[in-house]
Amino acid sequence: MAKRIEASNVSSYYGSFKAIDSVSMTVEPKTITALIGPSGCGKSTFLRSINRMHEVLPNARIEGSLTIDDQNIYDPDVDVTAVRRMIGMVFQRPNPFPTMSIYENAVAGLKLNGVKKKSILDEAAEKSLRSANLWDEVKDRLDRPGAGLSGGQQQRLCIARTIAVEPQVVLMDEPCSALDPISTLAIEDLMFKLKDRFTIIIVTHNMQQAARVSDKTGFFSIDKTGDPGRLIEYDDTQKIFSNPAQKKTEDYITGRFG
Amino acid sequence: MGDYPSRSVNATAGDLGVTPRHARGAGSGASPSNFDEPPRGGGGALPKKARFSIEAGFRGLSTASGAMVLVIIVAIAVFLISKAIPALQANTGNFLTQFEWRPNEAQPSFGIAALAFGTVLSSVIALIVAVPIALSIALFLSHYAPKRLATPLGFVIDLLAAVPSVVFGLWGRDVFQEPVRDFSIWLNKYFSWIPLFGGDGPFGQSVLLGGLVLAIMVLPIVTSLSREVFQQTPGMNEEAALALGATRWEMIRTAVLPYGKPGVIAAVMLGLGRALGETIALALTLSVAFNISFNLIENGGNSVAANIANSFAEANDTGRGALIASGLVLFAITLVVNMTARAIIYRRREFRDSAA
Repeated sequence: MAKRIEASNVSSYYGSFKAIDSVSMTVEPKTITALIGPSGCGKSTFLRSINRMHEVLPNARIEGSLTIDDQNIYDPDVDVTAVRRMIGMVFQRPNPFPTMSIYENAVAGLKLNGVKKKSILDEAAEKSLRSANLWDEVKDRLDRPGAGLSGGQQQRLCIARTIAVEPQVVLMDEPCSALDPISTLAIEDLMFKLKDRFTIIIVTHNMQQAARVSDKTGFFSIDKTGDPGRLIEYDDTQKIFSNPAQKKTEDYITGRFG
Repeated sequence: MGDYPSRSVNATAGDLGVTPRHARGAGSGASPSNFDEPPRGGGGALPKKARFSIEAGFRGLSTASGAMVLVIIVAIAVFLISKAIPALQANTGNFLTQFEWRPNEAQPSFGIAALAFGTVLSSVIALIVAVPIALSIALFLSHYAPKRLATPLGFVIDLLAAVPSVVFGLWGRDVFQEPVRDFSIWLNKYFSWIPLFGGDGPFGQSVLLGGLVLAIMVLPIVTSLSREVFQQTPGMNEEAALALGATRWEMIRTAVLPYGKPGVIAAVMLGLGRALGETIALALTLSVAFNISFNLIENGGNSVAANIANSFAEANDTGRGALIASGLVLFAITLVVNMTARAIIYRRREFRDSAA
């Protein structure tokens, strides 16, 4: 249920603006990879390129190649919806569908994939909500609006919604930046649990979080505003935070810049 | 403006050989550039509240405007009811069931049923035709069309709303009637086994024509309101749907349509309100008949508002009272429609309000 991702020389553009330049990295299955770096350095753009959400924005395009278990996800013959089903995404701000109940939110992805049978949906709802450590908190009010939950619960609901379709990879774009420390901890615990089943890539501004949860860390940076972001260093998290190879990485993690 | 007692304090301080500006002390707030002025952050006694202010004046003005609406509504209602009652008392027929409109004779006899039915039928036809088209246009403009195309097209649609209804009426009567007649004959030929399309003619100046003209008139208002609502769908919900592997249309079904539903209902109801109250376009396109018939294509049909326009000029006192009574019925119909719409919107409010 988890796959290896290989990016080679990925450059992403917004119109004529180059947001990231030639990023190459390999992400092993069933690991957590953290992407860190200052604002505007292209971490999120790179993340969105992995499940082809980048191209949703007008005039956005990428160059280079991205493969998942040796399948090129940017192959013109590939169905983009299949890519996104395989590579789920959790966003920065919790975004449950406001018109749907907790239950409907949890199974929204399955319904999109044509699953209609009530018993399957019920089972999937419970399983995904349990996986997201949310079941005990919401099992008595599944028909209440999903947007009525607290921020942390909403984010876990979004994670449940994402993993309900059984993706191979889960991308998380600063999933805790809108949450309080206790909710953040709950999400981090959840990530450890999900690691057994999914490959996880997380963008975070919180270096302690990257150090706590990830196996590998990639450090992105830009020279100055307007320049494309680059992957400066990509290595084991332990190494990045104790003995980085690059001076820039060291400056960033010790708080001397960014 | 109040006076500033701090000044006298400073004066005393001056006697002690200290310049007034120093006497004010460090804690007395931000220092103004001109030291004869009091500090902006306070420092003296609090000034008194002004007795007359713009604040109070504006409050009074807006309260009066709000109250005026109620007064006008009540005045209109009293006027209409007081005019309608004598005519209803003089009516020798049954106002609710009589299929004729003869209020000007010595023995006045008139009934609302056929008019009310014609009004509702033509409006329903208009909505059945217009709403799907309007929603498709709105979705195209908000989610499919490139911006360069969407902006001018939206402008053209708004322009359609600015065409006066008498123009639509004349166009419907003189131009649109021909194709509708041909279409009606075709419908009659192949589908006469459906009662809606039966009859032996003549065809053309029918409820169908009136309904279609109404549909064109309702189209812009429903379109532009729905488009506005669809455009307000939070981008993060659209992205959530796309990230789950939704196609464009699935994304619209999952995120856009449910989010826009209350707004679309409101738009449709506004359209229905326009269709129900439309006068001149129907007066020009229908050929007057006083019966209840589900036949859409034969000449005939009537509506409350069209009947008022057609009959008001030659009406006597009782006749005018009768027309006013019919207007009250129209008002009641629109009221029921609006309240139904509100109820539908209200029922799901919990899901809407909790959305951030």
